[in-house]
Amino acid sequence: MQSNVSIKNLRLEYGPVAVLKDLDLDIGKGEFLVLLGSSGCGKSTLLNCIAGLLEPTDGSIFINGQNVTWAEPSERGIGMVFQSYALYPQMTVEGNLTFGLRNAKVPKDEIKRRVAKASDMLQIQPLLSRKPAALSGGQRQRVAIGRALVRDVDVFLFDEPLSNLDAKLRAELRVEIKRLHQRLGNTMIYVTHDQVEAMTLADRIAIMRGGVVLQLAAPKEIYNRPAHKYVADFIGSPAMNFLDAVIDPREPLIARAGDLAIPLEHYDFERHGHTGPVWFGIRPENLATGDAANSAPVQVDLIAELVEPMGAETLVWSTLFGTPFKLRMDGQARIEAGDVVRVGLDPKLASIFDKSDELRV
Amino acid sequence: MAHTVRPSRLLKNLNAKIAAVPMMLTAVVVFFGFTLWTVIFSFTNSRMLPRSEWVGFEQYERLWSTRRWLVSIENLAIYGFLMLVLSLVLGFLLAALLDQRIRFEDGFRTIFLYPYAVSFIVTGLVWQWLLDPEYGLQKAVRSLGFTSFTLDPLYDPNLVIYGVLIAGLWHGSGLVMCLMLAGLRGIDEDVWKASRVDGIPAWKTYLFIVIPMMRPVLVTTLVLVTAGIIKLYDLIIAQTGGGPGIASEVPAKFVFDAMFVSQNLAQGFAASTMMLVAVIFVIIPWAYLEFGGKKNG
Amino acid sequence: MADATFTHTTPRRIWPADAAGPRPRKRFSQRNIIIYSLLAVLALYYLLPLYVMMVTSLKGMPEIALGNIFAPPTEITFEPWVKAWSTVCTGLNCDGLSRGFWNSVKITVPSVFFSIAIASVNGYALSLWRFKGANVFFTILIIGAFIPYQVMIYPMVILLREIGIYGDLSGLVLVHTIFGMPILTLLFRNYFSSVPEELFKAARVDGAGFWAIYFRIMLPMALPILVVAVILQTTAIWNDFLFGVIFSRPTNYPMTVQLNNIVNSVQGVKEYNVNMAATLLSALVPLTIYLISGKLFVRGIAAGAVKG
Repeated sequence: MQSNVSIKNLRLEYGPVAVLKDLDLDIGKGEFLVLLGSSGCGKSTLLNCIAGLLEPTDGSIFINGQNVTWAEPSERGIGMVFQSYALYPQMTVEGNLTFGLRNAKVPKDEIKRRVAKASDMLQIQPLLSRKPAALSGGQRQRVAIGRALVRDVDVFLFDEPLSNLDAKLRAELRVEIKRLHQRLGNTMIYVTHDQVEAMTLADRIAIMRGGVVLQLAAPKEIYNRPAHKYVADFIGSPAMNFLDAVIDPREPLIARAGDLAIPLEHYDFERHGHTGPVWFGIRPENLATGDAANSAPVQVDLIAELVEPMGAETLVWSTLFGTPFKLRMDGQARIEAGDVVRVGLDPKLASIFDKSDELRV
Repeated sequence: MAHTVRPSRLLKNLNAKIAAVPMMLTAVVVFFGFTLWTVIFSFTNSRMLPRSEWVGFEQYERLWSTRRWLVSIENLAIYGFLMLVLSLVLGFLLAALLDQRIRFEDGFRTIFLYPYAVSFIVTGLVWQWLLDPEYGLQKAVRSLGFTSFTLDPLYDPNLVIYGVLIAGLWHGSGLVMCLMLAGLRGIDEDVWKASRVDGIPAWKTYLFIVIPMMRPVLVTTLVLVTAGIIKLYDLIIAQTGGGPGIASEVPAKFVFDAMFVSQNLAQGFAASTMMLVAVIFVIIPWAYLEFGGKKNG
Repeated sequence: MADATFTHTTPRRIWPADAAGPRPRKRFSQRNIIIYSLLAVLALYYLLPLYVMMVTSLKGMPEIALGNIFAPPTEITFEPWVKAWSTVCTGLNCDGLSRGFWNSVKITVPSVFFSIAIASVNGYALSLWRFKGANVFFTILIIGAFIPYQVMIYPMVILLREIGIYGDLSGLVLVHTIFGMPILTLLFRNYFSSVPEELFKAARVDGAGFWAIYFRIMLPMALPILVVAVILQTTAIWNDFLFGVIFSRPTNYPMTVQLNNIVNSVQGVKEYNVNMAATLLSALVPLTIYLISGKLFVRGIAAGAVKG
């Protein structure tokens, strides 16, 4: 895969604070990359650097093989969509779409052609003569996407584009963006703090914290084999359960948590023979109940403290060895607070993290 | 087209820098340079024209032994203190009254604020007329039968500054009302609800809850009013001309007369420097309160 | 019981009309009587000068000399107004206040235009382009707003004399532009700071430069604040006396200066009716602006109080 956007040793400092720390990232042509993280992790900063709206302190950025580190935003061959839509309020939708092209002195008939194409693709032709104030949130964001579209560029940048929309619209536009990507095949870099958006849209997700990328991988890989405890905790809802455990050097294939001895023969080790105090992580949806529990390698009896029926599933809150422990059961499961549930645990599905560096074991 | 090297720092945002040239010139040349120039030349013995013959603090010694200057300072102190207190009290009273559920709120506000729209010259002239003992209020009251009634502050050296104060209050209290009203309206309604639930009387709520919450507005108002007081000039010119005698002189007028009438430049420079010092004494504590605390926090 | 009385003095926004619970009618109206009589008395203090100006300017001199200052004119005459406008003398000129009026127009219009043009660009550059060192200049500018003019006046006289525009209209316009800059720059800087930054970013991605963003995106958006600035500046410059008396020669004197010279001149018999007509005449422009602009005028005043 040919790389389209390439970031080398990128560093950005505000005084003594480094927002981006020697970041390296290669994004392939036509790839949909999601930058995911909580606020302040540097994801938006990185996107603004790629766009040329922020000057890095050090390092370089290549787009289509050209070093654009110091180029103007408009010279980089990018289009950008913002969280607040950022439509020019006094211009019509058409004015918004064509502002960039007029600045670039694109011939009139070419402008017309591109506007027609983009508005057709986003179904905004009826809105062309309206002002942004007369549009709904969803329509505004469509126009904002259209503004990036008419630029006819290889790279699209999205800065939390759906965060200002309500849940229903967000889901709709999410699908639409995915469809757009399939149709255009452009490179898309998408910043969000919403894990659902990340999981559904991305070819690869880069999870960021404190100005560095903790893990860069396909969504499934991130979900199944998180490389870092933070990643494991961030992805998945409800979050992964963590048990305080120890791997004794004398028996490196057993993790002991409380009075439980968990055999690790079938655990997919990242670092073989690692011992010492660890976090033993297991997702609530990977816990077996009922008959399946009885055939699991490890079994525990838990008291259901709190039951949250959600329709499609039922969430049960409990405590195991002093730490909160959640499990996910079928929506039809008959369970009430105070019941004892037998839970089966399969070490194959677990993620173990070293306590000192928080990396996967 | 793409640049591969970091562009020069100086050329970055070049257009913005060019556009800001008038601002930079104003800040550096006028506000900083001119002020410095005046301060420096206050240590010379310039008379008709500025010259650089240094005399140390002589101008200041002379200034502080000039009766006219002392009268000016005393007047400004009386006017300033009373103007501050009274315009804040009156402004707050007006704002609190307007903040009740009253009809014609806009009408009343228009009435209380319109003096602020007219110039100090107009203010001074109309109050000169009203306070004229021969034709004005005094005559009107006397004609009602109170023949010994006296109201001629503008002709009494001891009272003239209070006559100016009446006009100053008339002109400026609407502004205070406006700012206070904005402050009152900015207070969360839940505060009032909570105090009502707790059964706290309204006047107590105002005194112990609302006014402390309005601290930022109060401080800004204080600074604005004070800045206005120190500039007091037009009103004196129009209403009393500094008289009777020199009874209503103020520093701003002293400076003007020294520079443009009596051709005693260095005295003007020294006097205006003293005005600057007075402003600094007001501004520094304020700036410290407003900005100093935040930086530490 | 005392508490019950006081609950009714809560401001109106807590109880929107009719939303209140049971309330004793009698006490309520008693409270209202106090409020309205207080307001009425205060309103009298503020309205009295306007009323007296009005009635005095419509009386003849004999009536003023004999009658009461508050009495309405028994015989209305517009003679004082005509005289104030077109024939009253200042020094050697006997063409009335009309000269000062037109001078003030000639001073105010360009001053308002230039000061706003420069300050709006300043505010725009300061809030969105933030180049290094910009805040140093801005801080000096804002501090400068508190420096008494008296400190800067004389060097300004020298500067204008050196350039050769001392006493000219252009010199006075320059002075107004300079001294109006702090407050206006603050006004525009605060306004443009409230514009979402993403809008500015979007425009940059669209290839618009400094001036394109200013003229095509920011300025059209700033219309309300432009109106506020025009009101603020027109009133301030029209009412200015100090700069007018220092930086213009007698033929160019603005209305305020001429008015003061007419009323406070020591020569001749005082014509109080003409004086009051002249005073009203020169208050007319700012009063009209005030009455028309209403809330915007208030906003302009409050703008001065907004913290940087």
